Amino acid sequence: MTDSKYFTTTKKGEIFELKAELNSDKKEKKKEAVKKVIASMTVGKDVSALFPDVVNCMQTDNLELKKLVYLYLMNYAKSQPDMAIMAVNTFVKDCEDPNPLIRALAVRTMGCIRVDKITEYLCEPLRKCLKDEDPYVRKTAAVCVAKLHDINAQLVEDQGFLDTLKDLISDSNPMVVANAVAALSEIAESHPSSNLLDLNPQSINKLLTALNECTEWGQIFILDCLANYMPKDDREAQSICERVTPRLSHANSAVVLSAVKVLMKFMEMLSKDLDYYGTLLKKLAPPLVTLLSAEPELQYVALRNINLIVQKRPEILKHEMKVFFVKYNDPIYVKLEKLDIMIRLASQANIAQVLAELKEYATEVDVDFVRKAVRAIGRCAIKVEQSAERCVSTLLDLIQTKVNYVVQEAIVVIKDIFRKYPNKYESVIATLCENLDSLDEPEARAAMIWIVGEYAERIDNADELLESFLEGFHDESTQVQLQLLTAIVKLFLKKPTETQELVQQVLSLATQDSDNPDLRDRGYIYWRLLSTDPVAAKEVVLAEKPLISEETDLIEPTLLDELICYIGTLASVYHKPPSAFVEGGRGVVHKSLPPRTASSESAESPETAPTGAPPGEQPDVIPAQGDLLGDLLNLDLGPPVSGPPLATSSVQMGAVDLLGGGLDSLMGDEPEGIGGTNFVAPPTAAVPANLGAPIGSGLSDLFDLTSGVGTLSGSYVAPKAVWLPAMKAKGLEISGTFTRQVGSISMDLQLTNKALQVMTDFAIQFNRNSFGLAPAAPLQVHAPLSPNQTVEISLPLSTVGSVMKMEPLNNLQVAVKNNIDVFYFSTLYPLHILFVEDGKMDRQMFLATWKDIPNENEAQFQIRDCPLNAEAASSKLQSSNIFTVAKRNVEGQDMLYQSLKLTNGIWVLAELRIQPGNPSCTDLELSLKCRAPEVSQHVYQAYETILKN
Amino acid sequence: MIGGLFIYNHKGEVLISRVYRDDIGSRQAADSAVFSSSGPFPGEWLEANRRNAVDAFRVNVIHARQQVRSPVTNIARTSFFHVKRSNIWLAAVTKQNVNAAMVFEFLYKMCDVMAAYFGKISEENIKNNFVLIYELLDEILDFGYPQNSETGALKTFITQQGIKSQHQTKEEQSQITSQVTGQIGWRREGIKYRRNELFLDVLESVNLLMSPQGQVLSAHVSGRVVMKSYLSGMPECKFGMNDKIVIEKQGKGTADETSKSGKQSIAIDDCTFHQCVRLSKFDSERSISFIPPDGEFELMRYRTTKDIILPFRVIPLVREVGRTKLEVKVVIKSNFKPSLLAQKIEVRIPTPLNTSGVQVICMKGKAKYKASENAIVWKIKRMAGMKESQISAEIELLPTNDKKKWARPPISMNFEVPFAPSGLKVRYLKVFEPKLNYSDHDVIKWVRYIGRSGIYETRC
Repeated sequence: MTDSKYFTTTKKGEIFELKAELNSDKKEKKKEAVKKVIASMTVGKDVSALFPDVVNCMQTDNLELKKLVYLYLMNYAKSQPDMAIMAVNTFVKDCEDPNPLIRALAVRTMGCIRVDKITEYLCEPLRKCLKDEDPYVRKTAAVCVAKLHDINAQLVEDQGFLDTLKDLISDSNPMVVANAVAALSEIAESHPSSNLLDLNPQSINKLLTALNECTEWGQIFILDCLANYMPKDDREAQSICERVTPRLSHANSAVVLSAVKVLMKFMEMLSKDLDYYGTLLKKLAPPLVTLLSAEPELQYVALRNINLIVQKRPEILKHEMKVFFVKYNDPIYVKLEKLDIMIRLASQANIAQVLAELKEYATEVDVDFVRKAVRAIGRCAIKVEQSAERCVSTLLDLIQTKVNYVVQEAIVVIKDIFRKYPNKYESVIATLCENLDSLDEPEARAAMIWIVGEYAERIDNADELLESFLEGFHDESTQVQLQLLTAIVKLFLKKPTETQELVQQVLSLATQDSDNPDLRDRGYIYWRLLSTDPVAAKEVVLAEKPLISEETDLIEPTLLDELICYIGTLASVYHKPPSAFVEGGRGVVHKSLPPRTASSESAESPETAPTGAPPGEQPDVIPAQGDLLGDLLNLDLGPPVSGPPLATSSVQMGAVDLLGGGLDSLMGDEPEGIGGTNFVAPPTAAVPANLGAPIGSGLSDLFDLTSGVGTLSGSYVAPKAVWLPAMKAKGLEISGTFTRQVGSISMDLQLTNKALQVMTDFAIQFNRNSFGLAPAAPLQVHAPLSPNQTVEISLPLSTVGSVMKMEPLNNLQVAVKNNIDVFYFSTLYPLHILFVEDGKMDRQMFLATWKDIPNENEAQFQIRDCPLNAEAASSKLQSSNIFTVAKRNVEGQDMLYQSLKLTNGIWVLAELRIQPGNPSCTDLELSLKCRAPEVSQHVYQAYETILKN
Repeated sequence: MIGGLFIYNHKGEVLISRVYRDDIGSRQAADSAVFSSSGPFPGEWLEANRRNAVDAFRVNVIHARQQVRSPVTNIARTSFFHVKRSNIWLAAVTKQNVNAAMVFEFLYKMCDVMAAYFGKISEENIKNNFVLIYELLDEILDFGYPQNSETGALKTFITQQGIKSQHQTKEEQSQITSQVTGQIGWRREGIKYRRNELFLDVLESVNLLMSPQGQVLSAHVSGRVVMKSYLSGMPECKFGMNDKIVIEKQGKGTADETSKSGKQSIAIDDCTFHQCVRLSKFDSERSISFIPPDGEFELMRYRTTKDIILPFRVIPLVREVGRTKLEVKVVIKSNFKPSLLAQKIEVRIPTPLNTSGVQVICMKGKAKYKASENAIVWKIKRMAGMKESQISAEIELLPTNDKKKWARPPISMNFEVPFAPSGLKVRYLKVFEPKLNYSDHDVIKWVRYIGRSGIYETRC
């Protein structure tokens, strides 16, 4: 007879049949029925309806049946908490059973029934079981405390179970100790501040004694707990290490890894001069290597951890390269990890072997693996100078295979090799150029373009090559676009005569036809640089590049130290701190390595004291990829920059200074010029037309800050108006206005307390509105607002809120809350706060769009009494992001063609007619065309307010 | 800790599902726990939450189109660990930062325990024994914490028949519990044999990666000492082998002996032991002492890399004749005492995917082209030491437009030899049982050495 038949019953009316069988008198039949129920439960059927019938079967002396019923209870008690109470009596009775197995079973199961009501009945039996004479019951009860704590932490504390649990650490039975440690560790995680696991030399001694005697799992619990202990000095650290080291020979890999964790952590405290330190280092290598003969899944965990260990202490495994060679039938995840470690361990001593291996791997089947292998060859070239030549020739061989992804990967790494060894391997460029057409991945294309630009003077047809890329400029990814822009500028600086047209073309593509701010900014910078001072341009663009670092993908040192504390756990597998993948506060206590303390201080040199490894050995931290200098010098696709740390930082300083200083001087020259404008913001009106005007020098006029208008600080701002009178809001008066400054919209509020009581707890919320305006930050009123006090607040707004068309269009409904009440008001915002900075359309586009929009969408308005000439009007409007695209003089009238764009991407085109010659006629005529004609009215109002103020 | 454990068949259907913690499922499930006291919860709803984790694994891993890229997967902040046994998936699920190595060790252990109870892990066997599996899971994993999982101990109180509590005497009960929790959890007291006997098997697998030119790229032996003991009482055992460190230590007194025995001793890179071995004693004195479990168990594992005897050498010669023909010649040489016989020799020569026909000539044994395996398989039943044999084959290829070159997988070899390629020798296994009246001399001891091929590959 087999049990598999239970899985196959799928007929209708099954529940009724089961019910009948459960209530049968025959024991055998009952048991069969319960088995069927459990089988249904397993495959996901809902059998909760049978709850009372199953619970009725609980009263039995058949242990197997009892266990089945308990299993059912654990699964469904939560959905039927009232019914679950029915089971309580049996549990309480079972906790008194003479058979320790049954006592333990009862207390174990009760803890799994996660119903609040049951917990109160659980306390008494649990207390007894914690002091049971039988160790089996005690070890089960210890875990039960953790279970109960998970359901009701307060109850556990109130009932004093934590103290009982602490006592169990001194239990005579090692397994009880281990489970108590596990339970306490878990509880302590949710109370990071409490001193629950108050570890001291005595308790540590107890744990170390239990370590020798308990099961493999218990050893893991204890070792993981030990790892959280902070020895008071290096002697204590050493003595713990000595007692933990034997665990390295355990057959269970988890025991080994946990022991490694303890040792790696406590080693921080040992002086390097100590003999013991060297012994310990030597002892660590063999067990780590042995982990690689475990099952593949464990190998994977081990390899991820070894990756960390190799970064932290490269000396441990430096002679063990061979064991990381990839085997043909290793699972792919093991292969990739091994490859990673191989690169890290590569050195002059073993490079020949490594290279031979990598070449072998590059012919394998798995694409990811092959790519990584090719990349690894490049890393070897950069890391071990002596091997560079061999690496390059290997890469060339691989390019000859014409396998598409191999070629692309090879080109990406060759670019890095060029960076590291400039002017050494240029002979291969010809071969690379042959493969230009097969490159379809952005990274490879960008790398190739970089190479062409960098060596433009040696490639005869560099201009043709780059031009061919330019054709599909808009279809390229940003990475390629940026690279292409820079490469062509480099080319221009090297061969100015033949490539003028090309550079013009790319600059206009980058600045006018692109939505990407990075690209545009870089385009403007180059443009400005080239037009003002080509010598400076040469110095900047063709500057000598800092060296690239030898190591890549190094984990940032503080994170590495934290991860070392998590050896063996998921965090070490993901290479992320637990907070990145664990929900809530559990287990996310930040851990760090112990500082090195020395009882014999003289032995320690001062600089090694704080962090362990002397500064020289610390891997150079790699600056973030997007750092400013790298960006300007066009290193964005190169591997992270790192020279000797000092040099790098000074260069970085220079770069920042370059901009900062320049702008400072500019601000000094023209104090009224930019006021509080943030200098990194994109230029509001960098128009190609005024490129020629060389004002200022160097970088200072990269930003078109001098193009006219004195008050470029932002759009027109209306004076504050009272939005919410005090009468309507129990004494709170709100007045405000909207502003737009360099791309950011804000609502400037003035809150006045006209009541007699202090106001606190302010908050603000907007109703959905036409343009999705929403507060970008909470309303911050720092101090309570006392009576008759006024506070000014600028609330930044975003336009990513939810959208609903309002009537009128620019209506905004606002709710403001304070400690007194919630108040509502609505206000109209001027549309020009929504005019964006890149609202300038190019001429052709303007013409085409104007024609394209049907005539019925055109609206005509008159702006009366506005004695402005075209220049003045244009500059006034421009400061509010209405841009003049073209100007024409027809029969003595000035016609301004203007464009603007709203935050939601709607374009509005305008024709403004001015009669400057006729002082008697001060009216302006405005025609607006827009695909969404409903905005026209509001745009007109915006024009009027801007022009008249 | 482990939040839940699921077993699936190859189709992704759940065979076993045991949830230990509420957080498995979705966030709402955890939240719902907070409110659960306020009123009853619809059963289906809670069930649905649980199902989330179960389904997430099925969809993202079992039914994933791509090859599994990692044995640990994180889906929606829930981590899944899985191992596969034939076509059965075992998955452990957690939301916490658990000890990952422990979870995998536990999954393997669970496979061992199941295998010890009902043999092969197959869908059929799991369905047939699902009640037993739930019972085991309840015992060996409490609230996600692994508990004693030694089959020897488990079998005393988890049986397929089920124990009737009243039939056990109080003594028996406490004996069970003390064994499950005790220091020597792997052996019960009061074992008696008329004939005290033990078997030691030294099983080694020798791994090799050789370049086409015959250069050893990497070679290592991973060995196991498996012991079968049928001994009465609580015998104290001491195991000795020709470990270089031990021999040198002993040899210090007599320099003469050092030079003599130094040759025979071997350098062990690393070894790990069954939990019965006293590790601290090994660490301090390098002596291996233990009280063995009854029956069969793995006493130790070890690894050596120095002075390995490579039983066979493979000399490949592959020549491409034009685009449609390959000529392969492989010579194997046996490299051990002529009096010993290697068995079950098999050489596997991979062939390209576009092979259309193969002609093979071999001096010894049988060779066949197996199209389904893309390889020529050459089998020889027996071969004595210091001999040599050869196979030559002509492989005809279909012309293809596939530009990619054939990756030339390495030639692999299988064999079994009656010695330990690492050179390991058992020097003694002493048995002391002070309470019972039998001595070391009365125990009948058997020692056997078997060397097998692990991954034994020669690139061509």
